[in-house]
Amino acid sequence: MSTISTTLGDSAIMLRRNIKHSMRNPITMFNAILLPIVLMLMFVKVLGGGFDVGVSYIDYATPGLLVMAISYGLGATATAVNDDMTKGVINRFKVMDVSRGAMLTGHVVITTVRALVACAAIVGVAFLMGFDPGASALDWLGVLGVIVLLSFAASWLTVAMGLAAKSVESAGMATVPLIMLPFLSSAFVPAETMDTGVRQFVEYQPFTPIIETLRGLLAGDPSGGDTLAALAWCVGIAVVGYVWAISTFKKRA
Amino acid sequence: MKSSAIAVTGLRKAYGDKVVLDGIDFEVAAGSVYSMLGPNGAGKTTTVNVLTTLMTADAGSVRVAGHDVATGIKQVRAAIGVTGQFAAVDELLSGRENLQLMADLKRVRSRDVVTGLLERFDLVESADKLVATYSGGMRRKLDLAMTLIGKPEIIFLDEPTTGLDPRSRRTMWDIVRGLVADGTTIFLTTQYLDEADELADRIAVLNHGRLVAEGTPEQLKRRIPGGHVRLRFTDPAAYRSAAATLRDATTDDETLSLRIPSDGSQRELRSVLDWLDSVGIEADELSLHTPDLDDVFLALTENTTKEAIAR
Repeated sequence: MSTISTTLGDSAIMLRRNIKHSMRNPITMFNAILLPIVLMLMFVKVLGGGFDVGVSYIDYATPGLLVMAISYGLGATATAVNDDMTKGVINRFKVMDVSRGAMLTGHVVITTVRALVACAAIVGVAFLMGFDPGASALDWLGVLGVIVLLSFAASWLTVAMGLAAKSVESAGMATVPLIMLPFLSSAFVPAETMDTGVRQFVEYQPFTPIIETLRGLLAGDPSGGDTLAALAWCVGIAVVGYVWAISTFKKRA
Repeated sequence: MKSSAIAVTGLRKAYGDKVVLDGIDFEVAAGSVYSMLGPNGAGKTTTVNVLTTLMTADAGSVRVAGHDVATGIKQVRAAIGVTGQFAAVDELLSGRENLQLMADLKRVRSRDVVTGLLERFDLVESADKLVATYSGGMRRKLDLAMTLIGKPEIIFLDEPTTGLDPRSRRTMWDIVRGLVADGTTIFLTTQYLDEADELADRIAVLNHGRLVAEGTPEQLKRRIPGGHVRLRFTDPAAYRSAAATLRDATTDDETLSLRIPSDGSQRELRSVLDWLDSVGIEADELSLHTPDLDDVFLALTENTTKEAIAR
């Protein structure tokens, strides 16, 4: 067997394992898919009425809720990766000469798939609550592209954090900033309404341009977002996550 | 050399300035059980990690299954199986799925392999239950079964029975004996002397990163003069008069007992008894002690510990 087909074969075997894990762990599914929907209902039905954002609140909040749906799925990945590391499962695979990338890509792919399912659920519920996007088919494709790219990037960063953490608990904690960041962005209220200090942070953190790009695409006006900055952040996060993950993976036995 | 499954010379490993392995040499004959014995922190797991390609050595040469671990990683990995200190099983998969995962990764196509291992390790009943529900002993068995997929020629067992109840330990021992009967070479680390005594053809005692002794269990036991006849008294007066008469004996005032050196042979035991009769000593209890590996181990590791403290 050639190296590439071995790697692909190993990755498929690992992905199958990760899919079984996700299906059998109700907490993972709850955190990744139901929790974002619960938060969505809270923001739109409970809090949203009090926010004045110029447009229908569901139209305003959906892009941010998509990003939040992605970040809520990350905790499960960090703890799963760390569990493999601390329980010796990764060492077992290493000694078996399983393709280096396969163990990590399995986690990245399942996280991305979970994020896509969560986002589909958010969009579905949004439509039920009167979501009225002006996006064309091409814009929707762009939305899908941004979601996949962000999930992929955040997954690599999360895998790295899971590998580097000393325990399952600290691995779970490590993803908390990623879960908090959407709240400190323009996800739920426009940045202009915030305090100066907070606003500056909001304007320069990665999720704001990403959310604005999604917002522009969903509104059918892609020029409204900061697409270039969004893409740069995603690529940057992916590269940092990947390099960190691979080097930690090699170092820790 | 063709007949050695593992050959290690001058192996050194340090973490920062903490020396963990300070130049160790040993050789393991193919088809034998080699046990590395040592207290916690002696460097046993580090040795296993280097031998199984998980870590690189700082110095020295390590050949496993005829290949250098530095240059022939792939060949070494193809020849070995490793069961680490903690059962590395997947809790969210069933026992059968865990074994199937290993079979898939090793590209073992036959379904019979998995079924056969489940039967051999007595895991058929729980085969389709999630491993999260397994007991410690079952996990260890499954872990070892997973290691056997692909029929490795050399198996590394890092403290395979730590934390197991006595019955599960015996089951593990039987399994190890079965593997040896099939011609597998076993490298076993343990902190239990009875385990090494029970299973190993040769034993190495590791302490503070050095091999302080190496040989067959019999050779190691002979190194330590620990055999004795123990006489216990219930009456302090009888004890004191016996102690005065038997000047060679070691006394223990607390338990009112005396130890007379003896090699444990029938002839010597008779002469001790005859002599006790002749001087009119009658103990309330007599017992015979042969040196066991505990004596050896304590004697060997105690000295170096004292040295280390003195330094």
